[in-house]
Amino acid sequence: MSRSMQRLLPVLASAAVLLAVLSSGADAQQRPAQADAATLARGEYLARAGDCIACHTAKEGKTFAGGLPMKTPFGTIYTSNITPDIETGIGKWTADQFYGMMHTGRFPDGGLVYPAMPFASYTKVTREDSDAIYQYLRAIPAVRQPNKPHDLRFPYSNRSLIIGWRTLFFKEGEYKPDTTKSADWNRGAYLVEGLGHCGMCHTAINALGGSSDSQAFEGGLIPMQNWYAPSLTSNKEAGLGEWTIKEISDLLRHGVSDRGAVYGPMAEVVYNSLQYLNDDDTRAMAVYLKSLAQGTSPEKPAPALPSAESSLLLSLGKTIYDKQCASCHGASGLGMPPHYPPLANNQSIEMVSAVNAIRMVLNGGYPPGTAGNPMPYGMPPFAQALSDDEVAAVVTYIRTAWGNRGTPVSARQANELRAATLN
Amino acid sequence: MTGPAQSAERAPDTMAARVLACASCHGTEGQGTSDDYFPRLAGKPAGYLYNQLIAFRDARRKYPPMNYLLEFLPDAYLKQMAEHFASLRPPFPQPAVPSVSNDILARGEALVTRGDPQHDIPACQGCHGPSFTGMEPAIPGLLGLRASYISAQLGAWRYGTRTAAAPDCMQLVAGRLTEDDVKAIAAWLSSRPAPADPTPAARGTLPMPLPCGSEPN
Repeated sequence: MSRSMQRLLPVLASAAVLLAVLSSGADAQQRPAQADAATLARGEYLARAGDCIACHTAKEGKTFAGGLPMKTPFGTIYTSNITPDIETGIGKWTADQFYGMMHTGRFPDGGLVYPAMPFASYTKVTREDSDAIYQYLRAIPAVRQPNKPHDLRFPYSNRSLIIGWRTLFFKEGEYKPDTTKSADWNRGAYLVEGLGHCGMCHTAINALGGSSDSQAFEGGLIPMQNWYAPSLTSNKEAGLGEWTIKEISDLLRHGVSDRGAVYGPMAEVVYNSLQYLNDDDTRAMAVYLKSLAQGTSPEKPAPALPSAESSLLLSLGKTIYDKQCASCHGASGLGMPPHYPPLANNQSIEMVSAVNAIRMVLNGGYPPGTAGNPMPYGMPPFAQALSDDEVAAVVTYIRTAWGNRGTPVSARQANELRAATLN
Repeated sequence: MTGPAQSAERAPDTMAARVLACASCHGTEGQGTSDDYFPRLAGKPAGYLYNQLIAFRDARRKYPPMNYLLEFLPDAYLKQMAEHFASLRPPFPQPAVPSVSNDILARGEALVTRGDPQHDIPACQGCHGPSFTGMEPAIPGLLGLRASYISAQLGAWRYGTRTAAAPDCMQLVAGRLTEDDVKAIAAWLSSRPAPADPTPAARGTLPMPLPCGSEPN
């Protein structure tokens, strides 16, 4: 037997093992290949946790072949093909290069990745998890689809600007566990701050397209989408200090809970990512998110004496509410949870930004269809039925009735959101 | 810590309650509303409604309020929604009093019932049925719709902004219509009285003059 054949034999043997497993399913005798299947499953799970599919798959496009246009304040970015195609995907990348991109935001050739890719979060991902995702992405079907060039306005089309952005907003480094906290808390923090890249929306994005550590999870308006990603640290917004672990877990995993439901961009996250996480990871995220909330219950300011104008607004608001909303949300705003969310004592309605409440009245919405809630109930749109004044009146009513501590909204605010991008 | 006051009432476990979001534009039973552009859904074949729900969800058929509402709903649920509306039989609206001349109406009737062989335009009723109730599984009924909706849809087919699975028969047919043809068809169809039996024709019972990707043979 020639030397080259000798060298080839083990390769052929392991290929045969792999084939056997692929054709006959898991076989307890084939240890190495079984480990491989476990890695692939883990990689798929972690890719779900990272919500890779949401950006790297276009509408009706091939899975992970990229091409989704992402509108940013700086122009349109087209996501890339991350299938193992040699020419157009990442088929030539090594595990080291993949980790390098996740960890440092640099392509294999050293080029800088636009921060639309959440590498400022993914840098916290461990090498082991990065390798599992890499193995999974090696195993998915290769799709030949060249990447579309970005369409960014000058000066943002100059990639070297990313250097400045990185100096300001990028801190490289894997997640470091906090030994004073529980294992659950650390696992939750790893997922929320790393693969989950929650901070991409729940931290205010400044004019430079960056978000600073000191404002982590303090909330902000999502650029271009006109949805408000509430603060996760303030109980006045989406701070979860008053929620039970079950309520938080239900919201993350099923998209509905006894305290509220997810719509808009958060519905996307639950639909494509969070519903696939297991019990332990969901609970860990809930434990960590709950701990982010600072302070105690939000204070309830004494309602200001209504002026003649706002009392007219409130009485119009109540009339509309009783006619259009009360049959599901209840005369006193208690709802019929989880499917008809409560409006009384609902932070997402009371918070300073009224954007989401106005949009829900204008556009309605369905929570995502998930394994735990496969047939969600929809909120009807009222854009076609209510005038700007009526929308302002009913939103003002639900923000201030039943002890809610929100502030009135104007017809102008309602009017401006009629033009918001819907999807 | 005790939670806030909570209602013990639960949402009714029905499809009607789940699709209440559709009602403000399409009516509680899918009968349509007074708005010209929001179509009747009730009684159309489930396969047709399902194809539209998928196309709206995936933004191939573009209407932002619909694209937004359906974006995160799985196939299985959209199928249930389609079957729900397909099963409903609310009364039809009063037929429209035509606002066009008798000549235009006559042209509309001719196109709908006999087509225009000279221009290779098949009769609508060839596929949509002699009483325009559509055919299972995926050819829609054409009654109970307003003229502006019908002409907007035919226009969308003509301009290629509405598409369906290849071979896209409606794009071919609408592409051969003139603007006047569209106006005539919309006026005549919207003036038709309710069908005696609104049930779509059974699958495969109408000899289709051309193949359609949405309607398997």
